[in-house]
Amino acid sequence: MNEAMLHLRGVNLSRGQRIILKGTTFSVDRGELVALMGPSGVGKTTVLRVIAGLETFQSGSVRVQEIALNGGNGHAPKTLQQLRARVGMVFQFHYLFEHLSVLKNVWLAPVHARGIAQREAEQRARGLLASLGVEHRATALPRELSGGEAQRVAIARALAVDPLILLLDEPTASLDAERRTELGDLLRGLIREGRTLVVATHDEDFARTCATRVLRVREGRVFEDSAS
Amino acid sequence: MAAMLPIFALEAATPAKEFRWAGDPEGGAPFVEADPAQPDKLVGFDVEIAELIAHKLGREPRFVNITFTSIDQSIERGDAEIGLSGIEDTPARRDAMAPTVPYYEFREVLSVRDADRQRFHTLADLRGRRIGTLGGTIAYDILLRAEREHGIQAVSYDDDVHPYSDLVIGRVDAVLLDNVLAERRARSVKGFTIQPTSVAIGHYVGVLAQHNAALRDQVNDILRDAMRDGTLQRIFRKWRVWNDDQPALHARVLAGEPVIAVSGVAATNAALSAWQATLRYLPSLLRASGITIALSCLAMALAVLLGVAIASGRVYGSALLQTMLTGYVEVMRGTPILLQLFVLYYGLAEVIRLPAFGAALLGLALNYAAYESEIYRGALEAVPLGQLEAARILGLSERRVLTLVRGPQAFRFALAPMTNDFIALLKDSSLVSVLTVLELTKQTQIFATNIGSWVVPGLLCAALYLVMSLPLATLARRLEQRWKAPSL
Repeated sequence: MNEAMLHLRGVNLSRGQRIILKGTTFSVDRGELVALMGPSGVGKTTVLRVIAGLETFQSGSVRVQEIALNGGNGHAPKTLQQLRARVGMVFQFHYLFEHLSVLKNVWLAPVHARGIAQREAEQRARGLLASLGVEHRATALPRELSGGEAQRVAIARALAVDPLILLLDEPTASLDAERRTELGDLLRGLIREGRTLVVATHDEDFARTCATRVLRVREGRVFEDSAS
Repeated sequence: MAAMLPIFALEAATPAKEFRWAGDPEGGAPFVEADPAQPDKLVGFDVEIAELIAHKLGREPRFVNITFTSIDQSIERGDAEIGLSGIEDTPARRDAMAPTVPYYEFREVLSVRDADRQRFHTLADLRGRRIGTLGGTIAYDILLRAEREHGIQAVSYDDDVHPYSDLVIGRVDAVLLDNVLAERRARSVKGFTIQPTSVAIGHYVGVLAQHNAALRDQVNDILRDAMRDGTLQRIFRKWRVWNDDQPALHARVLAGEPVIAVSGVAATNAALSAWQATLRYLPSLLRASGITIALSCLAMALAVLLGVAIASGRVYGSALLQTMLTGYVEVMRGTPILLQLFVLYYGLAEVIRLPAFGAALLGLALNYAAYESEIYRGALEAVPLGQLEAARILGLSERRVLTLVRGPQAFRFALAPMTNDFIALLKDSSLVSVLTVLELTKQTQIFATNIGSWVVPGLLCAALYLVMSLPLATLARRLEQRWKAPSL
């Protein structure tokens, strides 16, 4: 029954003399919500960026279903295109497109990357914003949103292209306790839809209540958490 | 004359030993030019006349280099005491300045291509044709009138060389200038014929400020003496400009007969009031403003398109393309725009014969594209990496990332410096007058030269530039407000 969606094997990544990932190896099955835990600066975000194809690495491999990224000089554009049809990411600082309204932030990629008709994409975007409770902010610009609203819009934007795997970087960083609970409910809902989630966080409570499995990142290596 | 000397001594602003006279060596021989054998030495008949006057006054001549069209104003403000550089006697000059007696008579003559010598004899034969001349001269004034009367098109040049070279290659169909200039050019430029019938008759004078009338009277005495004793004749013969017209002129001057400033054509701009002159020139200033704004808008649009292409090439292109584009930017930024315009219009005329407006448009656009590209490159690189990664992770291609995310965001950063450049271009467009495009500054200069003052033309010109640039600045501020970058 366990279907491996994501598999990292022996990923080594260094910048100059600094080793960031050292033989990082782990797998994630479909429907899992895996929390990557560890203090700031241990390489959690880098692991997500490697999976998203935003970082190249010296050796090892990353496999997302049948798509493989290998260590070396760079990734082929076609491979990245295939990868990004499967993997979405919500950044810690959201990076909503500052010049576009909330609604256009959400329908931009479906129209221009997936070729969906604008009317249909817009309708779906409104539905996503409604399901995340931010439909009333559809015409606002990103700079007019609160931190929590911006994060929901960023999730809606990532979901709009329907990724199988969603990567979230420190999603609770800008949320109060109530919003954290709401986010937990939302992520569990996504798992029920059959998506796979990898969340980089240093929020122990959030990881314990939401994650199906916790991985610890230490000195560039990933370990199974003994308590999970 | 001895009684006048103390008055003159009071008038002179510099030590009495020095006699400052103004001329423009760019006018060249036979008036004032740098000696080809000894470039720091000036030669020409006006140089010899200046030396003669200085010698008779017991003073040391000192040359002051002044642009031809600014000599009157320079004399008025005291940069030199007298201007001698083939300066024409005009009613306006008689009204505003203190000119000397005429010392040389010239004829305004039409020059046409050899092939047209049987077709074009008079201005009336040239209906619908382009006729070149020096701006701000009697000839230009005659051509302006001929525009109304004969439907010709006057083309104003800043020098007397290019009208003839443009005539030979077909950019103009005739040139109207005085016989001294025409005959001098005929010795170096082949392919044109000077028609024998003269269009008008005029004279060269020395020009002094009105408050220097006492010195002018002394100079008149010296010139009359030189006419009487044959000194002037010797000078003009040496420069091969002596002809049968001169003895008659000298006789009239020596007899104290009045000499009409310009004859052969109807009265010119005699003593117009500032208000009348403004009314007369306003339509042409407005027309010139139209050319300025059209040229600036088109050149800026082209510069923006080219600038975007260059910036994209420098950010996304191969190493070779980046090097080539960097080279282009450095060459265009590192050389004067005036030089680029000259090369484009005159230098390449043998290869490609661009029309004046086209060359002006292209020259401004090519130059400004280099500056624009640097603005856009900087703006593209100022878009945060996170914005680009967010777009890439959504599956947008690099081209889509550029057109949908990076470009629009960069545009917001670029808007303020772009507005700056547009306003700068609006003013730099005045440089294209060297290509005979009659834009606002050039038209103002002609206006000022013809009425002998910069006050009204200068204020009017400044007002027209402001009328054009202020709405641009306001529009840009509105756009900036609408698309403003997020505050930090």
